[in-house]
Amino acid sequence: MSVTATSANLSAEAAPESAIKTMTIMRALNEGLRRAMAESDRVVLMGEDIGKLGGVFRITEGLQAEFGERRVLDTPLAESGIVGTAIGMAMVGFRPVCEIQFDGFVFPAFDQITAQLAKMTNRHEGALSMPVVIRIPYGGHIGAIEHHQESPEAYFTHTPGLRVVSPSTPNDAYWMIQDAINSNDPVIFLEPKGRYWIKGEVNTAERAVPLHASRVVRQGTDVTLVGHGAIVAMLLQAAELAATEGTSIEVVDVRSLSPVDFDPIVASVQKTGRMVYAQEAPGFTSVGSEISATVTERAFYSLEAPVLRVSGWDVPFPPAKIEGAYLPDVDRILEAVDRSLAY
Amino acid sequence: MTEPQLVRVLSADGTFAPTPAAERYLPLIDALGDAELEQFYRDMVMVRAFDQEATNLQRQGQMALWPPSLGQEAAQVGSARAARTQDHVFPSYREHVVCSIRGVDPVNIIRLMRGNTHGGWDPFDPANGNTHLYTLVLGAQVLHATGLAMGLAFDGRSGTGNVDRDEAVIVYFGDGASSQGDVHESMVFAASYNAPEVFFLQNNQWAISVPVATQTKVPFYRRGDGYGIPGVQIDGNDVLASFATTRAALDSARVGEGPQFIEAVTYRMGAHTTSDDPTKYRARDEEQKWRGRDPIARFRTYLAGRGASDAFFTGVDEEAKAYAADTRTRTLALQAPGAELMFDHVYSEPHPRIDEQRAWRDQYEATFDVAGSEAGANE
Repeated sequence: MSVTATSANLSAEAAPESAIKTMTIMRALNEGLRRAMAESDRVVLMGEDIGKLGGVFRITEGLQAEFGERRVLDTPLAESGIVGTAIGMAMVGFRPVCEIQFDGFVFPAFDQITAQLAKMTNRHEGALSMPVVIRIPYGGHIGAIEHHQESPEAYFTHTPGLRVVSPSTPNDAYWMIQDAINSNDPVIFLEPKGRYWIKGEVNTAERAVPLHASRVVRQGTDVTLVGHGAIVAMLLQAAELAATEGTSIEVVDVRSLSPVDFDPIVASVQKTGRMVYAQEAPGFTSVGSEISATVTERAFYSLEAPVLRVSGWDVPFPPAKIEGAYLPDVDRILEAVDRSLAY
Repeated sequence: MTEPQLVRVLSADGTFAPTPAAERYLPLIDALGDAELEQFYRDMVMVRAFDQEATNLQRQGQMALWPPSLGQEAAQVGSARAARTQDHVFPSYREHVVCSIRGVDPVNIIRLMRGNTHGGWDPFDPANGNTHLYTLVLGAQVLHATGLAMGLAFDGRSGTGNVDRDEAVIVYFGDGASSQGDVHESMVFAASYNAPEVFFLQNNQWAISVPVATQTKVPFYRRGDGYGIPGVQIDGNDVLASFATTRAALDSARVGEGPQFIEAVTYRMGAHTTSDDPTKYRARDEEQKWRGRDPIARFRTYLAGRGASDAFFTGVDEEAKAYAADTRTRTLALQAPGAELMFDHVYSEPHPRIDEQRAWRDQYEATFDVAGSEAGANE
């Protein structure tokens, strides 16, 4: 990307009449990062191949050319190194945004994220904050080989001290990445890579909801479908199909996996009396498990059926040729809806 | 970043011109007969044809991706041919010819890259020459190799002084992976336990888009010093240097002299994988410069100078063509695995949750039209 094109984008952003733009999630993340970097020179991007190449998914395309090699670091190939040094940089006031190339490559950094980063503020008794964002493209549907399609969110939601979020639309991607960067706590920022290329409207003038809000994205009266990340689009599709058969489905996009904004979910279930959680990750001790349990506690007297879950099976993410049999699809979601309605 | 003590036997134009550091390895090269030298050449030409065919197959949608080995044939063939039958091999994910030399059917690598399997072969089947699986998380296999080498030492399977019986391990990794903590920890463990292991680093200059200068400020082979592991730097495009240094290193390691480190300076002439476009980050003239150091052209000139006939070269080319064609035929004939495969081998003994989910899914699938079952549909 040329410098001229980039400055054109910046000046366009200043013009209020062009506040609504249509773009992909990929582009929205790029624009969100650009804006956060322009607003604060403490924001530094770190990762493998994110500079010259712009990242393997091109999320950081053009940013090194625009902000320089000290703002966008093509790091050595070492995930633990990326996160560990980000912690040190945060200690002297930087706001590092780390890119992990694929979900399955985050684990070399697991100690630095869960045992170090997550606990720094606590161990320093509040004397230190850790404004570190770790961006991780996650999830399936891209037909890639091993370690490239996983959903590791539960490891991080299980770790006190980490905030965990996942946008599902371009508008959320644009705002949530900026809000994550502005957070003084570490944020695991999970990007639904299977949806990087979908387009949607982004309002660059005004954020819709705060970072940690969950949100009803479709109104309905019979069953509440809840999920996060890439699967939200599938829930909407399922709702569409169910409507043709006379079932009215409400869909809630959780958006923030830790903390979870339970009120809109509970309110929805109090209205419909039924809930199905859907996620790509294996079901056992997962985000879906936790949200289902809490909703059962809070909406117990409203429930007409047990809260049901649809998830990846409790097996390693399979070879790409058979991922379709592993990942939840519209049929499996509607099967759960039918089961719920049958109670 | 090449050093005065670089081991090179054949110069880029194919002249037999050993560097001073290569002198001590010459007896190992002198001992090679025509048949062995011709085999090195055949290996390199065959894998280049295979690799090109696999790259084409990926472009035609037959694989999720393909990591080409183009340009790295000499480093891989020389080192693989240097390993003895009883040795153990840990590839990274680009060592296609290392696998085939050890006996692995390379179509299994295609099955892996196609998304049919996460593994592809059984390292414990004698037909596969103790070749372990590809590892996609960079550097992780280096620790496994070290542990296996420690086990060999603890069990007395190495260190007796008998080079025909003592076992050793060779592990492949790259300049990018060298930055991973796992690789450094491997060297600490290997040195501490005097593991019979050769660290074989192919420095192909690029970790996707990141140049080698970002990974190290000193030549890699000197890193060994810091861990107490003797290191040597070789011209990785010289198959003879690769063979001789690896044979010497493995034999030192196997008889109890401890781990050894080889840095093979080479070049990834293709993309990192078919998902990547090298023109975005590196200069054409750099690629051109390395094309002038092509490992196969160099060795061909050398063999021709030794009297190899035109018929030999033509024969190898024909063989390679047939090999590529066979690879294509067998790839196109590959069947997708059944979806039920994903419930297999998650644990070594029955597990109630897996059994329950498998049964649930079977029942669920039975509610659909049987004709639309997944095996055929997904292929």
